[in-house]
Amino acid sequence: MKIKAQIAMVMNLDKCIGCHTCSVTCKTTWTNREGAEYMWFNNVETKPGIGYPKRWEDQETYKGGWEVKNGKLELKSGSKLSKIALGKIFYNPDMPEMKDYYEPWDYDYESLTNAKDSNHTPVARAKSAITGENMDLEWGPNWEDQLAGAHVTGPKDPNIEKIEEEIKFNFEQAFMMYLPRLCEHCLNPSCVASCPSGAMYKRDEDGIVLVDQEACRGWRYCMTGCPYKKVYFNWKTNKAEKCTFCFPRIESGLPTVCSETCTGRIRYLGVLLYDADRVEEAASTPDPKDLYQAQCDLFLDPNDPEVIEQALKDGIAEDWIEAAQNSPVYKLAIEHKLAFPLHPEYRTLPMVWYVPPLSPIMNYFEGKDSIKNPDMIFPAIEEMRIPIQYLANMLTAGDTETVKGSLQRMAMMRSYMRAISSGKDFDESKLARVGLDANQTKKMYRLLAIAKYEDRFVIPTSHKEGHMDVYRSQGSAGYDELGSTGSAPEQEFSVMGSNGSCDGCGPVGQPGKTGEEMYKENFYGGIWRD
Amino acid sequence: MVNQFLWVIFPYICIAIFIVGHIFRYRNDQFGWTAKSSEFIEKKQLMIGSFLFHIGIIPVILGHISGLGIPKEWTRALGVSDHMYHMGAVYVGGFFGVVTLAGMLILTARRFTKANVRKLSSRSDLIVNTLLLLIVILGVYSSLVTNTLTPGFDYRDSISIWFRDLLILRPDASLMASVPLAFKLHVLSGFLIFALWPFTRLVHVWSVPLNYARRSYILYRRNRAS
Repeated sequence: MKIKAQIAMVMNLDKCIGCHTCSVTCKTTWTNREGAEYMWFNNVETKPGIGYPKRWEDQETYKGGWEVKNGKLELKSGSKLSKIALGKIFYNPDMPEMKDYYEPWDYDYESLTNAKDSNHTPVARAKSAITGENMDLEWGPNWEDQLAGAHVTGPKDPNIEKIEEEIKFNFEQAFMMYLPRLCEHCLNPSCVASCPSGAMYKRDEDGIVLVDQEACRGWRYCMTGCPYKKVYFNWKTNKAEKCTFCFPRIESGLPTVCSETCTGRIRYLGVLLYDADRVEEAASTPDPKDLYQAQCDLFLDPNDPEVIEQALKDGIAEDWIEAAQNSPVYKLAIEHKLAFPLHPEYRTLPMVWYVPPLSPIMNYFEGKDSIKNPDMIFPAIEEMRIPIQYLANMLTAGDTETVKGSLQRMAMMRSYMRAISSGKDFDESKLARVGLDANQTKKMYRLLAIAKYEDRFVIPTSHKEGHMDVYRSQGSAGYDELGSTGSAPEQEFSVMGSNGSCDGCGPVGQPGKTGEEMYKENFYGGIWRD
Repeated sequence: MVNQFLWVIFPYICIAIFIVGHIFRYRNDQFGWTAKSSEFIEKKQLMIGSFLFHIGIIPVILGHISGLGIPKEWTRALGVSDHMYHMGAVYVGGFFGVVTLAGMLILTARRFTKANVRKLSSRSDLIVNTLLLLIVILGVYSSLVTNTLTPGFDYRDSISIWFRDLLILRPDASLMASVPLAFKLHVLSGFLIFALWPFTRLVHVWSVPLNYARRSYILYRRNRAS
């Protein structure tokens, strides 16, 4: 057994209102640069819909993720040798192109102020960010927001295509949900496995998957490899970029920008301990429907004395073990079994999990006599407006029973808490029918509904003091402005030199001095001196 | 004097820039070192053009190494007659030369006529593209046309020896004096691109990911304790 720690996320889709605040704050933080305009490290899709890029879930076209071939785990896009032997390095047939995402544009705002007096209102035309020429907009980010055009694109949603019964897209029967998406920081990342340059890697200490901007040679296999299409190609720098899980914030114990700014407070961040030796075995589970359970089995109980002992042996700090014990992700995903990985059938063992949405049916059902007869939730969930099969196709490789269990527990929790807050009686033995007890139900309620900041985000700070001068490295991480000599978002390998010194980053100071010495020199009575 | 410049000084300058330039770029510009693919912007023409070019250029380069690097005596010793070698070079080399040329024509047309590809092309991309096309045209012309028009000329008796002498630092410009013009231009433009190489997208050639085949799929990186 080799225990590693992973920072993971859970999103409670039941509370997502599709406001896109996460996407916007992420974009202004990370991708508001030339070459990165089209990139949304975080985006929110309205489902059903084909998404971003178009039909990203169609792995028969994009060849993302892994498959089991003759009992062996292999990249769906082909083995290492086939990539070289078949000349795919000269032309990658499975790679998405810009038009699958959208061509970025800006508006010619100047024409509004410069326009001469005329009979018609002047118009700011869309101009392509690539060619600068006028564009007729036919597709863009979030084109399908709130089911816009879903009568056209909805039936092409790969999750819909897998449902045998006919799904109607007329107004009366339409259903929708929001799906915020970012990099999954997988345990078995197929992007890392696809990178021929070895530029992509998983951080040993927290499992965050990053691209070393200096080692990337722009071969673009990662774009094909990632089944979630969350590795992007910067057309300006010709290198791959992706969600960084806001690692500079995570290292400081802060939540990612998307989580911090989520108005619905749907996001949870926490530590999971897992057995790194069994990752490949779990990803090779033959039946895709068993992958969810196989992944759950990788996670170790952080309260188990044997696990704690082994974790300490494997170099995991005590505060990280404590964080794992308080992890909201562990509670939601493993203890309460409410959250599921997105498309486990891709076999990447993704680490951003989702609590399925319940709302559409509950509004209908809670108006009736649900407190007196909690058993009503069982038939009601079958009648949910979002078909269970649709959720199962996204979250459990089509296994409806598992998703149903989560929905039933949430519905039961709501009935129970409604009874308590309205002073009605509730037969607590009903809770046992869905595998809950009163105490656990109240804990679930606190985590899901009250969702306090300190309960949602339990993030231990990184232990950089062991290998670098953290004072000197302030401000050294992130994507540099274009044109300058770039730096990879990883301190040890590119930004920081071998001696721990750093060019052009952090406060000006002399090398060889400690942070405290520099602090004393630069601060005089609280006044900063240049 | 002109001969001395063209066949001794100029090649040495180009080789020097090639070596020093690569060291400089590798040490100072890892961030800019990329294959610079435009497949993301335009896929259809690239598929044919890039594939033909690369499939053609690799055998062509191997052919050049063999033709320039291996003395006649060695191939004779292996039982390959001069005539056999020549036929192989003309037919096999000519075939791959034409494949390379076809690819290069498609790629060049694409680079100059596709608005979005053109827009994203740096000056160095355009220069490299044009120069490569010129070199390939001259190369194919020399091997298929000039070789036929001047049957008495054998590059392995002149250019190859001159080239090897150049590498062992005993340059002799006179060997190039009677070489046909097409060959001369091909050689000069070839050396020119070696001088440009380190400062262009061509550096991606040195990043062919040979390690990939041997390494494990999943990579972890750990901070080093100082």
